[in-house]
Amino acid sequence: MQNKDIKRLSLILLFAPFALWIILLIMLPHIGMVILSLKEKVAPRVYQYSFANYLEFINEPIYWNTLLRTGSMSLLVTALALLIGFPIAYYIAKIAGPRSRGGLFLLCLIPLWVSDLIRAFGWILLLRETGVISNFLLWTGLVGAPVEFLYNDVAVIIGLTYTVILFMIVPLVSTLDGMDNSMIEAGYNLGGNGFTVLRRIIVPYAMPGIVAGCIVTFMLTAGSYLTPILLGGKNSSWFTEQIYNQFITRFNWEGGAAFGMLLLLFTSLVIWLGLKLSGQTLANTEAKS
Amino acid sequence: MTDQSPYDLEALGVSKNFGSFSAVKEVSFDIPSGSFFSILGPSGCGKTTLMRMIAGFEEPSGGDIRIKGKSVLGTPPNRRNVKMVFQHLALFPMMNVYENIAYGLRCNGASSAEIKRKVHDVLERIALPDVAEREIHQLSGGQKQRIAIARCMVLDPDVLLLDEPLGALDLKLREAMKIELKLLQHQFNTTFVYITHDQSEALVMSDNVAIMNQGEFEQIGTPQELYHHPKTAFVAGFVGDSNRWSGVVKASDSTGGRVETEQGLPMSFSSAGEAAIQEGSKVNIFVRPEFIKTVRANDAGQQADIGDNRRDGSVDSLLFNGANSRILVRTGSGELVEADVTLTGDNDLKPGEDVHLVWSAKQAMCFAEQGNA
Repeated sequence: MQNKDIKRLSLILLFAPFALWIILLIMLPHIGMVILSLKEKVAPRVYQYSFANYLEFINEPIYWNTLLRTGSMSLLVTALALLIGFPIAYYIAKIAGPRSRGGLFLLCLIPLWVSDLIRAFGWILLLRETGVISNFLLWTGLVGAPVEFLYNDVAVIIGLTYTVILFMIVPLVSTLDGMDNSMIEAGYNLGGNGFTVLRRIIVPYAMPGIVAGCIVTFMLTAGSYLTPILLGGKNSSWFTEQIYNQFITRFNWEGGAAFGMLLLLFTSLVIWLGLKLSGQTLANTEAKS
Repeated sequence: MTDQSPYDLEALGVSKNFGSFSAVKEVSFDIPSGSFFSILGPSGCGKTTLMRMIAGFEEPSGGDIRIKGKSVLGTPPNRRNVKMVFQHLALFPMMNVYENIAYGLRCNGASSAEIKRKVHDVLERIALPDVAEREIHQLSGGQKQRIAIARCMVLDPDVLLLDEPLGALDLKLREAMKIELKLLQHQFNTTFVYITHDQSEALVMSDNVAIMNQGEFEQIGTPQELYHHPKTAFVAGFVGDSNRWSGVVKASDSTGGRVETEQGLPMSFSSAGEAAIQEGSKVNIFVRPEFIKTVRANDAGQQADIGDNRRDGSVDSLLFNGANSRILVRTGSGELVEADVTLTGDNDLKPGEDVHLVWSAKQAMCFAEQGNA
């Protein structure tokens, strides 16, 4: 009897921080946002419930264009992160020796020690008109005048891919690490060439890691603020910028809350669609053995 | 002359060095078509490296490997008609049984009708016709084993390599799978090369066994030859159980001689190695427990004429294991000797009883000590 009580107590104690975190920091703000987003200012300090904020989003093409643009560019960044991250993860998990593996993994983590701002600033130093790359091109004579690499979509995509690729590599390394080397050898032994082994054995095996990595990467990208603003400048038209504008510049909290909810719904929808189209489920993010 | 080679697999002086360490040294053998060949050796003897070279995962540092008479050096693993059953089977967990077996056929570009026919055919042959749609984790250990073999056999390989595939199974299942593997080999009539450190697996299943030690083949022969006529001390000690004595040869002729053991006791032997043993050389003598006859000390009168060698002692302990029961006898000079006994459950030997152990010189296999030639 007493034993049972202790078990229950320890469960409650262990669960409490998690529950507090979920309730106070995730659920409460979102409930508040939903309520806020459904209010409409009809006169100073007078509000009434309506869908006006959502209707404004639909009626103003710039808003939903920005959202679609953010979504498609985030998908592109996710795809790039997967394409670049997969070989890196494969090298770390399968090809590198056991000793260099830890070092390589640490190297991947190092950028995380530096703040987002500094990393973005690093890209600015490289890409701006008077930056390293521009000067180098001038020096080699390839271009006649300084080139501005900043403030365009390419710069935003490069910066974002660089920021989020780690979150693709980590889950990939851990799933690939769990893969028995003999499975790859069996793939060759049974007559597969490098491409078939990759397509039919390695990728399906790594699918849980790929799904997890893609979800995290996409969410982080679509919700990022600093990198698109700094590298894309005023033209970046990232949806988070619209939210920021509503909250801070226009002091329209109701509109901002509505946009926040829309971003959440939109990214959730994209992920749901992605899972449906690739035939995966969220439960699949756990590795089979 | 382009006649078919009678051997499915030949190795000619195959070596493999990792840096300064040579894992496999000048190994040569040939395996006739349709036979069951085992490579038996302690862990770390190079048998897995040898197998990986045959499969193409490692390139030999020297020598040649031929499959059906054709050298496969430089041929990548996916172009060799040698299939391998891995130690942990390496079935693909993300595919079901059907897809696992179909994988190799798909790689070969077979049509889907052909794949379907072949997969069901091979499942029929391994007596698992209904598992095609199961997931791998739904199979039992023995079923996984058979699927792993079927996955290779459906491709009609020249040689099937098996890398200790029974290691992960429990004892009862392992015993059953031994027999089953042998039956499967008969049924498919394909050359099986089986790698193991478990001598009973090798002895039970194989037509021929190679004993490997420190990268070299010590002896190749039928299980009976290896057991009864080992050529080296390592083989005598590794295959089967043995009592072992060290000693110095006192008298020797071409067929046998007498030795004084380290305990100072005489023992007669018949020479087992190839060369005659010189007088005065140091030797090891191996006697298998089943050839040692145990006689109760008080059953006097009959022991004198049974054997050439005799030790007196008392039963130290009794190791009961049904038909394979054994006693440990502590002799007068303090050594422990193992002897097989038949326990009937009625008036059996008990610890503490005085016994005579007798055995014939023919069963005392003598080998000159290494590095003392």
